[in-house]
Amino acid sequence: MTALSLRDVHKSFGATQIIRGVTLDIAPGERHCIIGPNGAGKTTCFNLISGRFPITAGEILLNGERIDTLPPHKINRLGLSRSFQITSIFHRLSVFENLRCALLWSRGYRYSFWSPLWRQKALNEATERLLEELNLSARRGILAGLLSYAEQRALEIGMTIAGGASVILLDEPTAGMSNTETDYAMALIRRMTQGKTLVMVEHDMKVVFDLADTITVLVYGQVIATGAPADVRANRAVQEAYLGALEE
Amino acid sequence: METLLISVINGLVYGMLLFMLASGLTLIFSMMGVLNFAHASIYMVGAYLAFTVSRFLGFFPALIIAPVLCGLIGAAIEIWGLRRVHHNGHIAELLFTFGLVFIIQRLVQMTWGMLPMAYRVPPSLDFPLFVMYGANFPAYRGFMLLVSATMLLGTWVLLKKTRIGLIIQAALTHPSMVSALGHNVPRVFTTVFAGGCLLAGLAGVIGGNYQTTEPGMADSMGPIVFVVVVFGGLGSLAGCFVASMIMGMIQTFAVVIDYSIADFLRPLGVVFTGDTLLTEVLTVPVARIGALLPFIMMVTILFFRPRGLMGTRDT
Amino acid sequence: MKSRWLILTVIVVAIALPWCFYDWGHHRHAGFLISMLSQMGMMVILALSYNMLLGQAGLFSLCHATFFGMGGYATIHFLNAAGDGGLPLPMEVMPLLAGLAGLGLAILFGSMATKQRATAFAMITLGISELMATAALMFHHFFGGEGGVTTNRMIDNSVFGLTYASGLQVYYLILAWTVIATGLMYFLTLTPLGRMANATRDNFERAQFIGYDPRMVRFLQFALSGFFAGIGGGLYAITYEIVTFDALAAPLSANALLMAYIGGTSVFGGPILGAILITLLQSGVSLLSNSWLVYVGVMFIAMVIFAPTGLAGIIKAHGPIQQAGRMRGLLVPYLRLVIPALGLLLGFVGLVELMSFLTIGAAQGKKLVLFGSAIDVHAMLPWAISIGSLVVGGLWLRWEASGFHRVWEDLAAEVRR
Repeated sequence: MTALSLRDVHKSFGATQIIRGVTLDIAPGERHCIIGPNGAGKTTCFNLISGRFPITAGEILLNGERIDTLPPHKINRLGLSRSFQITSIFHRLSVFENLRCALLWSRGYRYSFWSPLWRQKALNEATERLLEELNLSARRGILAGLLSYAEQRALEIGMTIAGGASVILLDEPTAGMSNTETDYAMALIRRMTQGKTLVMVEHDMKVVFDLADTITVLVYGQVIATGAPADVRANRAVQEAYLGALEE
Repeated sequence: METLLISVINGLVYGMLLFMLASGLTLIFSMMGVLNFAHASIYMVGAYLAFTVSRFLGFFPALIIAPVLCGLIGAAIEIWGLRRVHHNGHIAELLFTFGLVFIIQRLVQMTWGMLPMAYRVPPSLDFPLFVMYGANFPAYRGFMLLVSATMLLGTWVLLKKTRIGLIIQAALTHPSMVSALGHNVPRVFTTVFAGGCLLAGLAGVIGGNYQTTEPGMADSMGPIVFVVVVFGGLGSLAGCFVASMIMGMIQTFAVVIDYSIADFLRPLGVVFTGDTLLTEVLTVPVARIGALLPFIMMVTILFFRPRGLMGTRDT
Repeated sequence: MKSRWLILTVIVVAIALPWCFYDWGHHRHAGFLISMLSQMGMMVILALSYNMLLGQAGLFSLCHATFFGMGGYATIHFLNAAGDGGLPLPMEVMPLLAGLAGLGLAILFGSMATKQRATAFAMITLGISELMATAALMFHHFFGGEGGVTTNRMIDNSVFGLTYASGLQVYYLILAWTVIATGLMYFLTLTPLGRMANATRDNFERAQFIGYDPRMVRFLQFALSGFFAGIGGGLYAITYEIVTFDALAAPLSANALLMAYIGGTSVFGGPILGAILITLLQSGVSLLSNSWLVYVGVMFIAMVIFAPTGLAGIIKAHGPIQQAGRMRGLLVPYLRLVIPALGLLLGFVGLVELMSFLTIGAAQGKKLVLFGSAIDVHAMLPWAISIGSLVVGGLWLRWEASGFHRVWEDLAAEVRR
């Protein structure tokens, strides 16, 4: 059983077709990168998978279950989590609070308005551990909106995996980062997504070829190649689409 | 039968008045995402200004001057107030226009006093246009229809046939895209806001002597206009028009209906006895419930169809 | 730990205040003071419960008074039933019943309203508010139409054996419930729901992707806010023994907004500050001038533009500087602001009052009296002084403000290091 499957997915906004029949199968534990030129529909794909937009046709399955008709929070509860291209955190809450909130649902707290958070030992300890892993312990009391860009990205990654999702979608996690920051972020991502299924949209080819087990190339809403990195690199159609950008 | 026809025409007149107000509000709302709470206040200012101007220069100059002044006031509000608040977020904008209501209300009271103004229909238009079933149909109502229809047509032409209209139309549904295309969006915003206020002012000019010109005007018109905008849906002037007509008809007809809900149900064999709130609600004649109807309608439509009748953007 | 002392002090002051103004000669309490303090208590609850929506959940509601009023109406009926012997519950519990009434209505309306985002939400609450106010005017059952409903609070049923005949006893009941309600609302902010309300306010989508349905969070917050508002309404009913449609009309909702916003929506205690301040000003200033609403409106708009964090936010911003012991550096800059600010204020108030007396006052036959001498509103001098003061004060203030801003920035940067 695949972790995530897209079966002939189509998406149109009005008369404009953005995704024109994408079929993709991602195995559990796989590290899968989606690449492609701007406007290819990579983020749209993510948006469709995570339930942000409804699909026009086709099916999306998570661990064998159809999720394309579900609202985002239900998809998340079924085990899929995502990060955003533009950093999406709770900017008026502290770093600690951000992470703690991300842990709440998976620990069964639901909409409780009777349990004081300061008393929840296990929850708070888990939050501390997460802070350490992300190397943000020193910043725990700072409002998330005041962090540096790289720190915010790290926080977002932390929030994405906090809930224990088995399928993680990362949308250009290293966008806007310097080389050092990128290396650091990738080490963090590798560490935190061990044992989970990782699907990443990325432009940084070095990152892609370092990390990926499988690469899918998306152009104009269609998959033109998918497979092991070496195969994709050698693929003619991909070379044409990228015109030498793969010469690393 | 007479009642029906007369009510239809009255409903049409009132509906058009509502549309003038609501269209300005829809444009501002759809484009800038700002709910201009002070819109009905500008309507009031338009009426008062028209009253004063018509005292010195006559009604027809007032028809032009008052709306223009309102437009200028709108531009001033946008440039010196709204624009500054914009970066504080949506809620700050709402709060700002909300605060304006108090200020404008009191300013009007301070300038003109607390009593209703004797803003009357100009003598040149104060004659019966035709007689229908023994009742006079005032020429002024015909005039109102004429003005509002002209305004409607003018706005339509402006939006559909001119370049600025094209930009505004695009910005109605995709404001950020329009900005990305390089248009001076702040100036467009100011234009739209001023334009909306101009429309409100015009509505005030012709509405002020149809209804009474008094400090409570904004409070009575305001909520109904909001209902119309929400009912018709955002981003859609056509929806706004339809909603205005429906609302105008309902409000006009409701006043004439002397039956109650219980009366409608009685032929079905359902009888209500007892002295409870429920029986009171059901036995009150619809004419009296009239004031409640717009809000019930709004709550209902937001419940079943959040986009309103023809809205293109989810609020 | 400092805040604990502050809270204790406030409570002690609140308890002791009526006795400080006690007329020992005639053995009489200052009725005006007790009345104002009682009003403050109710308004604190109203403002805090409103901030549960505005500040904490990012929801701009215009129907908050609806739940306050519903609590009030319900309590009148409960009290009447208790007085007739049909409801054997003590007075102390009445506000709780009022809260439940508010909760019930909030659940009903909240299920509709919270399905929407931002502006649509505001509009649907506007519709609800108008709907309820109009219905309250219209129907005689339950609402009593224009005249409202009345009761007698001497129901002769109390846990402490009190009759609640005197205003003082009612005040202490209000104070007790205000403290309880405030405590509960604060507790709420420390729970998962409270935190998620904040999170949903900050980022609707991100809340979804950590497993929460933001609409459900908002719905629950709305319902609970209605519960507390209802408690306030219950206290209102007990105090005044009459409830009319004013208790759920738009002006009261607007008042709640004002108090919460001016006090400061980002700090829990902000609305408390706002409620106390506005009630004080309302009782005081409205006696002196009937242009009260203009001042409130201008103050409100000024805050929206220049100080969106409210008074509490401004106070809080001084925190780091105060902790670093650098407050003295602000003394002179503040003094330099005060004088032009006063000039501006004088000019503005003068202008407003003059205008007001020119039109409204004249119609009412009143004359503007300042420090005992009548001022001729038709003479040039008062107008000239006012306008001059306004303009000069305004320009001077602007100049000083930029200077102040520089000093502030320098201090803040220093403290950060």
